[in-house]
Amino acid sequence: MTDTKKQLRIALRNCGLIDPEQIEDYIAQDGYFALGKCLTELTPEIVIEEIKSSGLRGRGGGGFPTGLKWEITKNVKNEQKYVVCNADEGDPGAFMDRSILEGDPHSVLEAMAICGYCIGANTGIIYIRAEYPLAIARLKTAIKQAEEYGLIGDNIFDSGFNFKIEMRYGAGAFVCGEETALIHSMEGLRGEPTVKPPFPSVSGYMKKPTNVNNVETFASVPVIINKGASWFNKIGTEKSKGTKVFALAGKINNVGLVEVPMGTTLREVIYEIGGGIMNGKEFKSVQTGGPSGGCLTKDFLDTPIDYDNLIAAGSMMGSGGMIVMDEDDCMVSIAKFYLEFTLEESCGKCNPCRIGNKRLHEILTKITEGNGTVDDIERLKVLSNVIKDTSLCGLGQSSPNPVLSTIANFGDEYLAHVKDGKCPAGQCKSLLRYDIVEDLCTGCTLCFRNCPVGAITGERRLPHFIDQSLCIKCGVCFEKCKFDAITLT
Amino acid sequence: MTKIKSPADLKRIKNEVLLRNGLLENSNKSEQVIQIKVGMATCGIASGAKEIMKYFIEECDQLAVDANIKQTGCLGYCYAEPMVEVTVPGAEPKVFGYVDNKKVQEIIEKYIIQGEKVEGEIPISFRTIND
Repeated sequence: MTDTKKQLRIALRNCGLIDPEQIEDYIAQDGYFALGKCLTELTPEIVIEEIKSSGLRGRGGGGFPTGLKWEITKNVKNEQKYVVCNADEGDPGAFMDRSILEGDPHSVLEAMAICGYCIGANTGIIYIRAEYPLAIARLKTAIKQAEEYGLIGDNIFDSGFNFKIEMRYGAGAFVCGEETALIHSMEGLRGEPTVKPPFPSVSGYMKKPTNVNNVETFASVPVIINKGASWFNKIGTEKSKGTKVFALAGKINNVGLVEVPMGTTLREVIYEIGGGIMNGKEFKSVQTGGPSGGCLTKDFLDTPIDYDNLIAAGSMMGSGGMIVMDEDDCMVSIAKFYLEFTLEESCGKCNPCRIGNKRLHEILTKITEGNGTVDDIERLKVLSNVIKDTSLCGLGQSSPNPVLSTIANFGDEYLAHVKDGKCPAGQCKSLLRYDIVEDLCTGCTLCFRNCPVGAITGERRLPHFIDQSLCIKCGVCFEKCKFDAITLT
Repeated sequence: MTKIKSPADLKRIKNEVLLRNGLLENSNKSEQVIQIKVGMATCGIASGAKEIMKYFIEECDQLAVDANIKQTGCLGYCYAEPMVEVTVPGAEPKVFGYVDNKKVQEIIEKYIIQGEKVEGEIPISFRTIND
């Protein structure tokens, strides 16, 4: 592993450093100093200006400028407003928010209070999935400790500002990460999205102006106040400032959480921080943005990571899942895997998402089972674009991305499946074929004795045969044969 | 508990913690104790960090090593969990990965008591906001 200090930890600054269940530990790292500074020295306008000029954008994936969102919510006139923290992290393989909440819960509470001060809200609500019991427990402890010190509650820092924080538990539905669905779930309704506008900033929780930000976005806020927008906006690229946390997973040596300045290349993350591909295999693709993102080829490895570059490359930043695939991964199967996830998680409210994704999945299944045609590839593209254009919320609008990006970047693999009846990665079982080479077979009967379905026949000391109609492509014969007499094509 | 009413109150608490951990200029260096942090996020606990922490406490007790053993969050090296960070006064913090009971003994007996090198160190590969 090369140790090059490519990482810069801002959102994760205290994770692994402090005891998350001791508020004093957080205070010793200048915790709540930013809240103190805002309440005793700065007006909401100045704080919002600072966040705006820092260039901080939403870390949940949308990339909407955080300061602008705060300003919009502030400018809506209403006596009751809400700050909501979106902790409904649901991308497969992503755990950035969980780590922040488990390792540094106070950073999120502090930022929510700062946000409340700016927009004029006296209540903050954390929407977190019930599958994160440790994060929930630590948040509860943190809220209790902050209340005991008076850092949350009435008349904080003698400023007259009151702020309380509550929690709501989600049942783990992916769609509830979408802010309108999240708000409905908080209200006790079905977690289904509704059309925007009205945006939550205007009419959100209980029809009141509501500012929804992601965990990682909040975690970055106190640092911006303490160190200044001009410190923060020097980090990153022209349009994407600061750092981003990625959950590095898949066929990579150093699975874990990394936080890098925007503009770091995928190659640096995968090879220098991630330690390269497992077992010395060849890199094939990297998937960013979870089920809404795309699969990028090695041609994109030198792309500097930021919101705009990833979109231009056909993927997206997303919340920070980064899954690395090697030569053994079949890209058609990968697209199918993500579709399975979307199918399961689609709320079913709008037709394009509910029915369209089902049809996409059927076509992909057909291709991986060896029954696909060249026309099916075209059909996938057309249907994908229809789903993107006509779905109600972000889930449906982005669900075909894995399909479109794998067709665009790995079109050859689709063609190999439908034209040649082959799966180049050797993953699609229906497309595999095991044969016994007569000249090499000694008739030892080892394969015959090990075949679980009795697909192999033959006399002792004479060449054996595989009945293709019975073979389940389990590969046991291939592994057992001592004479390399079985071929896999 | 006394309420915090001003930034000055916050600074006071900060200094108390730093003083206690021997991190201030005027801290009494001879009173500094060994700091042992065990990564106890979900990833660490799933890999057995709770048992590791318990074993550290037991072993330090038995060998009369005065150490401040506490839990912390995830350092991001999930592949190498359970992880512990050991800071001996006067030395740079050292992070060890893939820690099991045998490694705990090695860390205490070899590194902490005798100051010898112990295999399995994970290089810290990030900058902090204070760098």
